[in-house]
Amino acid sequence: MTETPALKPGRTEVWITGIGLATSLGEGLDANWAALSEKRINVDEKGFAPYIVHPLMPVSFDSQIPKKGDQRQMEAWQRIGTYAAGLALDSAGIKGNKDILSKIDMVVAAGGGERDINVDSGILTAEAKGANAPGFLNERLMSDLRPTLFLAQLSNLLAGNIAIVHGLGGTSRTFMGEEVAGADAARIALARIASGESDIALVGGSHNGERKDLLVLYEFGDFNLKDKFAPVWARKGHPGFALGSAGAFLVLESKAHAEARGAKPFAKLSSVVADLAKRKQPGDMSATLEKLWAKLPKREGKGAIITGATGAEPATSEERDFLKNHADFPVRSTGTVFGHALETQFPLGIALAALSISRGALFPPNDSTGTEIEMQGAPTQIVVVGAGHWRGEGMALVEAV
Amino acid sequence: MTAPRDKLGRPVVVVTGMGIMTSLGAGKSDNWAKLVAGESGIRTITRFPIDGLKTTMAGTVDFVSVDPFSSTALSERMAELVTQEALEQAGIGAKADFPGPLFLAVAPVEVEWPQRRELGRAVGQQDITYDDLLRISGGGKFSAYHHRFMFGSVAAHLAETFGTKGSPISLSTACASGATSIQLGVEAIRRGETDAALCVATDGTVNPEALVRFSLLSALSTQNDPPQAASRPFSKNRDGFVMAEGAGALVLESYEAATARGAKILGVIAGCGELTDSFHRTRSSPDGKPIIGCMNKTLADAGMTPDQIDHINAHGTATPENDKMEFNTTSAVFGELAQKIPVTSNKSMVGHTISAAGAVEAIFSLLTLEHQRIPPTINYDNPDPTILFDVVGNKARDARVTAVMSNSFGFGGQNASLILTREPA
Repeated sequence: MTETPALKPGRTEVWITGIGLATSLGEGLDANWAALSEKRINVDEKGFAPYIVHPLMPVSFDSQIPKKGDQRQMEAWQRIGTYAAGLALDSAGIKGNKDILSKIDMVVAAGGGERDINVDSGILTAEAKGANAPGFLNERLMSDLRPTLFLAQLSNLLAGNIAIVHGLGGTSRTFMGEEVAGADAARIALARIASGESDIALVGGSHNGERKDLLVLYEFGDFNLKDKFAPVWARKGHPGFALGSAGAFLVLESKAHAEARGAKPFAKLSSVVADLAKRKQPGDMSATLEKLWAKLPKREGKGAIITGATGAEPATSEERDFLKNHADFPVRSTGTVFGHALETQFPLGIALAALSISRGALFPPNDSTGTEIEMQGAPTQIVVVGAGHWRGEGMALVEAV
Repeated sequence: MTAPRDKLGRPVVVVTGMGIMTSLGAGKSDNWAKLVAGESGIRTITRFPIDGLKTTMAGTVDFVSVDPFSSTALSERMAELVTQEALEQAGIGAKADFPGPLFLAVAPVEVEWPQRRELGRAVGQQDITYDDLLRISGGGKFSAYHHRFMFGSVAAHLAETFGTKGSPISLSTACASGATSIQLGVEAIRRGETDAALCVATDGTVNPEALVRFSLLSALSTQNDPPQAASRPFSKNRDGFVMAEGAGALVLESYEAATARGAKILGVIAGCGELTDSFHRTRSSPDGKPIIGCMNKTLADAGMTPDQIDHINAHGTATPENDKMEFNTTSAVFGELAQKIPVTSNKSMVGHTISAAGAVEAIFSLLTLEHQRIPPTINYDNPDPTILFDVVGNKARDARVTAVMSNSFGFGGQNASLILTREPA
């Protein structure tokens, strides 16, 4: 099992010193926190009916991506991410700080492949109407594809756009692979800082859930939530996930680096672990989650769990079995509130864990099944769980400093 | 005998197994024989119609078949084959039980045209919208396509087949991806998280849309006839790169673990470095500073000075901009040595294997160290007079090679370099 070993004496403590959120609830920490506290959920049941999505609360991209030319070179998922990354840098107080930005290490979890659905349907329609010359597809693609669309399709161009717009000049790595890519991005960034390979990193992802091409991909596996919204835990007879638009970025920093510049932590990121359950037999996935749980440093404080459970089956039932073994931990589902944002869900979970710790309260439950219970007092340890709808399991421990 | 730790006190990382596949063929021996013979793997595309395309050749891997065909399925199959070769050579672990993590460089995944057309046909009407596609996509008829087009599917398959440990990482740093997969493996071993890592890079994306995308960015050579002469690194008449397919796999181990089990050491990953360029999405900063910084970081990581590098395996894409930039930046780092160190570009023969290139070229660099023979840069008949590299033109050259720098530069400001040596420094 690959893991970030628990902190040992001499290992560097890693702090979360910046958080950037742009979601279906709004932009920034206050707007998201207020919506969570008021149990607000933003779903669109009509625009993609019968499918349900959590649309991005409109933001003024200009404030983080001032050049229109830059905005035009991106598709929505990259604009959301570049925007959220800027908010995280602002939150950490390093926006425009050339000394730090020239060395910051970026680990981004990304999908990609945003299609021009008009081009696709135009070609399919023409072919259905008899266009069958051997070069038809080539000719249409040559004339219809925008050259810049390719750059919006490349997974690593989210990181590329962040570097260009915010002037980042350190290193840049993009991890793919759906949900667990978000956990692996945090895992590698943490390991690099904890071992002294890196001082400071920007970690996160972004997702545009308002895409019919993505709905098609998940519809292949009947994973989309249809017709009626329900909290993740109440979808058993009506399983599926509602795609969500979200960008979530974190600034991770060694304690020494943060202290030297007087930065205050939201929380510390103590451990991130991940694995790939075989998921061949019932119980495989919950057993893997249990193994990951055992690998986290000891939990002696006031704990809670924030999970990215999707609502898709059988993964969500497997996770529920795992959670039953830890029923004394209050649980919150980001999938209920924000929808499913794939690669972004895990960084979003870490962000909300750090925010809850820094605000001295876990946000209230939003669930009709009793899976989520009230929590009194301030959490000091929050476990973030991220199990993929199909493959991959990740877990993190976020703690009060 | 060498120390198990490098100058910075970190575990030395060695290579104990390699597997490779390119348009030249399968396996190290076949590839090496053809590479030093100066053979080209570039040919006119037969996989799909080429009518209406500006570029009609590529370095396709046509001798591996997958059914149903998709670029992702081909990438997966190639990755599986090169991993088998690398594991056989390394003799590490047990069958389906590799004792370490997987780092996989793989092209971004998406639903491809054959599958999209199949959906279109299933709609059964003449006007087709995405709502129509959505209507017929569910119900289990196309459930295999969900798995196939997950970004993590190739890594999940390899992890299950070869029993790698933990969460496999799928990564993309564009044309530097292969180098990044090696760098992630090196770092995991240096941190002491593992004694071994499997680093694989694969790219099977010569399909119509991928070709058109690069074409629309004017990145590809259009010297279609003869295809073997299209890729012309460092030549005055170079006009772009040639898309190609291939895969490479490396078994990395700590020197200590490799010697403890009596493994044959094929070479050392002495240094890795990367540096982001924030100038432009597809072009390098005109001052070359990020690339210069990348090479300097790599030298520092290896604890070496420029005079200790005696061969450069260039990124050498044969785009007008890259090759010139590569010479200028190399000159800034190496000074006059930049004109004396033999330089070659494997892409003249195998084309640009994009996501796989960094690993493919690292393996060719290690084979160069093993054979003490530098493969040629073919099609070098009309040298660019402003690129004053000592290009190993057209014919392989015997040379004393102890340390190779291999460079990879990609879209999105991705720069990564590796230094490979025969023995620990």
